[in-house]
Amino acid sequence: MSSDRYGLLIDYEFCTGCHACEVACKKELNLVVGQWGLKVYQDGPRKLENGKWEYNFLPVPTSLCNLCADRVKEGRKPTCVHHCQAGVIEYGTLQELSKKMNEKPKTVMYSK
Amino acid sequence: MMSTYDELYRKEWQWQEGDLTVTRSMQWSGPGCHNGCGLLYYTKDNKIVKIEGDPNSPYNQGRLCMRCLNLTESLEHKDRLKWPLKRIGERGENKWQRISWNEALDIIEANVRKIQKEYGPESICGMVGTGRNICWQVPLLTYAGFGSPNFGYSFLSGDSCFSPRAAFIAVTHGDFSVCDCSQFHEDRYDNPEYKVPEVILIWGNNPIHSNSDDFLGHWIVELMKRGTRLIVVDPKLTWLAGRAEYWLQLRPGTDAALGLGMLNVIINENLYDQEFVEKWTYGFEELAERVRQYPVDKVAEITWVPKEQIEEAARFFAQAKPGAIQWGLKVDQSVAGVPAAQAIATIGAICGFIDIPGSNIYIRDAYDILSSYGTGYEEFLSPEMRAKRLGDEKYPLKRMGVGPTAHADSVLVALETGKPYPVKMLWIQTSNPIANMGADAPRLYKAIRTTDFNVVVDLYMTPTAVACADLVLPAGMSPERNGYKTWWHPLRSTSKIVQYYECKSDEQIVLEVGKRLAPQNFPWETDIDLINWMFSRSATYKEDFQTLQQKVTDYQKYEYKKYEKGLLRFDGETGFNTPTGKLELYSTLFAEWGLDPLPYFEEPPYSPVSTPLKSKEYPFILTTGARSLEFFHSEHRQLKTMREFHPDPLFDINSEIAAEMGIQEGDWCWLENHNGRCRQRAHLDPALSRKVIRAEHGWWFPEMEGSEPALFGVFDSNSNNLTEQCQNGPTGYGAPYANTICKVYKATEENSLDLPSLVVTRKGGF
Ligand code: SF4
Ligand code: SF4
Ligand code: SF4
Repeated sequence: MSSDRYGLLIDYEFCTGCHACEVACKKELNLVVGQWGLKVYQDGPRKLENGKWEYNFLPVPTSLCNLCADRVKEGRKPTCVHHCQAGVIEYGTLQELSKKMNEKPKTVMYSK
Repeated sequence: MMSTYDELYRKEWQWQEGDLTVTRSMQWSGPGCHNGCGLLYYTKDNKIVKIEGDPNSPYNQGRLCMRCLNLTESLEHKDRLKWPLKRIGERGENKWQRISWNEALDIIEANVRKIQKEYGPESICGMVGTGRNICWQVPLLTYAGFGSPNFGYSFLSGDSCFSPRAAFIAVTHGDFSVCDCSQFHEDRYDNPEYKVPEVILIWGNNPIHSNSDDFLGHWIVELMKRGTRLIVVDPKLTWLAGRAEYWLQLRPGTDAALGLGMLNVIINENLYDQEFVEKWTYGFEELAERVRQYPVDKVAEITWVPKEQIEEAARFFAQAKPGAIQWGLKVDQSVAGVPAAQAIATIGAICGFIDIPGSNIYIRDAYDILSSYGTGYEEFLSPEMRAKRLGDEKYPLKRMGVGPTAHADSVLVALETGKPYPVKMLWIQTSNPIANMGADAPRLYKAIRTTDFNVVVDLYMTPTAVACADLVLPAGMSPERNGYKTWWHPLRSTSKIVQYYECKSDEQIVLEVGKRLAPQNFPWETDIDLINWMFSRSATYKEDFQTLQQKVTDYQKYEYKKYEKGLLRFDGETGFNTPTGKLELYSTLFAEWGLDPLPYFEEPPYSPVSTPLKSKEYPFILTTGARSLEFFHSEHRQLKTMREFHPDPLFDINSEIAAEMGIQEGDWCWLENHNGRCRQRAHLDPALSRKVIRAEHGWWFPEMEGSEPALFGVFDSNSNNLTEQCQNGPTGYGAPYANTICKVYKATEENSLDLPSLVVTRKGGF
C-alpha cells in the first residue's frame, strides 16, 4: 500500500447523526437536490437481548467524494472534517489513519 | 496555492484572502437559534459567497450544524421581505403595497398616538418569539417607546419555556444554573480548574437537536469522549438515551413526581452531601418530610418508570464525583413546571453539585450587561403604569417582578374580553404565534384579528402576518446587523457586513420607531450608539462596540464556588442571593406568597388519571414540540435543502401499535382530541411507549397559497390545534404543551375534505 494515499477515518461510537457533514459536503461540491458526496446511514434503534439498545449512525462517502481536493490544495481540512459537530471525522494518509484506528475501537476507514 | 492553517484561520477580526474579505462573527440570528456559534463570512461585493465555522471560536471550535452550513440559502432566498409593506386588502387576503420606511413610521406613529389617547398606552402589547436577538430591543421599545408595561412572549401559554425554571431558581438559589461543559473558559476542556462531570443527568431535552438556551448540544459528546456517563429522562429514545447508563422513559408530564422519587431514594439512603446541606441549605427537614409522600413504588406507578431504575439511577447520580444536570424545555411544559424544576434542581443541590467544577454552575449575563427582557423596565415606566401589567393581578411572582413579562394567557384573555382593559395593538417582532409558540392556534387566530392595529417584523411573510398585520417590516439577518450577545458567556459581537435591499436590523427598527414615538427616551443616532448605551449600563464593562467587534469574543475569568467567596450576594456576604442567604430547599418567598414552598406533583389537566373517561376516547398521551435538526421552531421551512432532509411534518408512534392499527411508515394520519385535529405523517419508533404520540410543531407550508383559506396551510398540520391556553400552575407558569391526550387515525380522502386551515378561517373553527 502506498503511503501517500489519503482517506477518512470515522469514529462511529460518537457520530450523532446530526447530518452537518452531508450539508457541508453538498455545499462544497455544489450538489443538486437528491445528490450526496457522503450519506449518513442509520442503524436502529433496535433492542438487544440484554435490554440495551443498538443505535448507530455512520457517514459513508459516495463516488462523488473527491476528499475535498480543492480545499486540501488550499491548506484546509475537508469540509466534513472541519464541520463535523462531534469531531468524529479525520483526514489523513491511510497509514496515519490506520495507526489511529488501532487505538480507538468502533472506527471505520474509507480509502479513496 | 498552499497556505498554512494559521494563515487561513486567523485571530484578527477581518482580513483579505485573494479577492475575498474574511470576517469573524457570531451567528445569533435570524434565522433563529439560541446559540451564537463563531463563523467566518467570506464576502465579495456586498455578497456572502461562503461560510465556514471559525476554528478559533472556543464556543464551537469550528463546527457548525446544518442550519448555519445552509445559511447562504436563507440569506438569498427569493421570498425574503425586502421593504416595508402596507396591507391593502382585508386581513387574510395577503394583498400588500410597497411603502417607504418613512411612510411606515408615519403609519405607526399615527396609530400608536391614537390608541394611546383613546385607551391608554397599556393597550399596546410588544411581543416576541424566541431565537432571534430581540431580548432587550423589543422590551425597550414597549416600555420606553409605547409607554406600556405589556411586553411578553407571543401567547406562550404559562410563559412555559425557560421562565418557569428561571423564576423558581431566582427565588430559591438566587442565580441561574447550567451544566458545566467548560463553556465559560476560553481554554475549554484544558482549563486547569475544570473537571469533567462523571455523570450528566439529561432531563427533558435532546440537546443534540435543540441547542437551546445558549447550550451547544455537542459539548455533551465531547464530555462523553472524556468519560462522562449519562442518565437520560425522556419519553423518546434519543441517540443520547441510547448511549446512556440509564434511560428513564417517563410518562410525559410526570417529571415532578420522578424528581421527588429520586430525592426520596437519595435522602432515605443517605446519599446526599451532609456537609453541604448543613452548611449551605435551608429547609432540609421539610424537604425530607415532603419526599416521604413520594415512595418509589408510588412514583413508579405515576411515572411508568420501573422502581429499580429510579433507585439505581438516583444512586448512580448521587455517587458521581461530580454530577451535573442538563435540564431543558420539557421541564417547563406541564402545569407542574415550577415544582418539577424545583425537584430536579434539588437533586443536584442536596448532592452538593453546586458551583463546583463539572457540576451545575451559576452564571449571569456577561459583564452583567443586562440584556434580558427587563431592559428599560425600571427607568421608563411609572409605578402606576408598571402595576397595570397583565397577569400581575393574579400572580404574586409576576407582581414581584420575578420574570419581567406580561403573562401570555392573561394577554389573550384581555384581547378576547376587554378585561381588565382592552388590548388594541400588537407589535409582533420575530414571532409567528399561530404557527408556533402559542397554544390553541385557532383561538389565537381569532383573537389577534380583533385589534385596531398590528405590526409584524419578520424575515419572511408568515401566516401570522397575513392573518393579522396591517404593516409588515423586513428585518435583517445575522450578517446584516450589528449586535452582541451577553446570554451567559462569552460576550460576543456580530457585525454588519452586507445589506439586503431595505431590511433593517432589529436594533435599527426599534431605534427609529422609538425616536418617532418618544424622542426623549431614544437620544441615540445609530444602532451602535444604542448598543454602547447598553454597554455603559454595566458597572464592569469599560469598552465599546468597536473594540468588541475586533475581539469577536471576550471571556471574563470564571469563578467557581462563588457562595464561599461572597460573590453571589449583593451585600458581599458569603452564601446565596436569597432571603435566608442559603440555597432554599424550602422556599421562604413561595411560602410568603401563599404558594407551596416545596416541590410537589400535580397530574396534567388531561391524562388517563385525571380524565379517565375522556382518555377512553383519546387513548394516547400527546407530547408536542419535538425539535428537528433542520428547523428552528417555525423557521427554515422555505429552504430546499432543509426540506430535502425533512419534507413533511412527522409524528412518532410505537411500531407495534402502528402495525395493529394498520399504520405504516410515512402514512398521513389525523391526530385529534376535543380541541381540534391536525395531520402529520407517521414515523414508526420501536422504542416509544405504546401509549405516547410525539408530534412536531411549527409547521406551515411557504410553498402553499398565502391568502385565506389556505393561509400557507398553517393549521393543517398544527399540533397546537390540540393544545389549550389558560391551564397554568398556581404560579402562572407552566402549561401542558407536552402532555395532553389524543387519538390517531389514518387520513383518507373522505376524512380529509375539509382541511383545518379551511375549517378555522372559513367555518368558525373545530
Ligand atoms: S471529504 Fe469532502 S467531498 Fe468527501 S465526503 Fe467529506 S466533504 Fe464530501
Ligand atoms: S457531522 Fe459528524 S456527528 Fe454529524 S452526522 Fe456527520 S459524522 Fe455524524
Ligand atoms: S447551533 Fe447551529 S444554527 Fe445555531 S449558531 Fe450554531 S451552527 Fe448556527
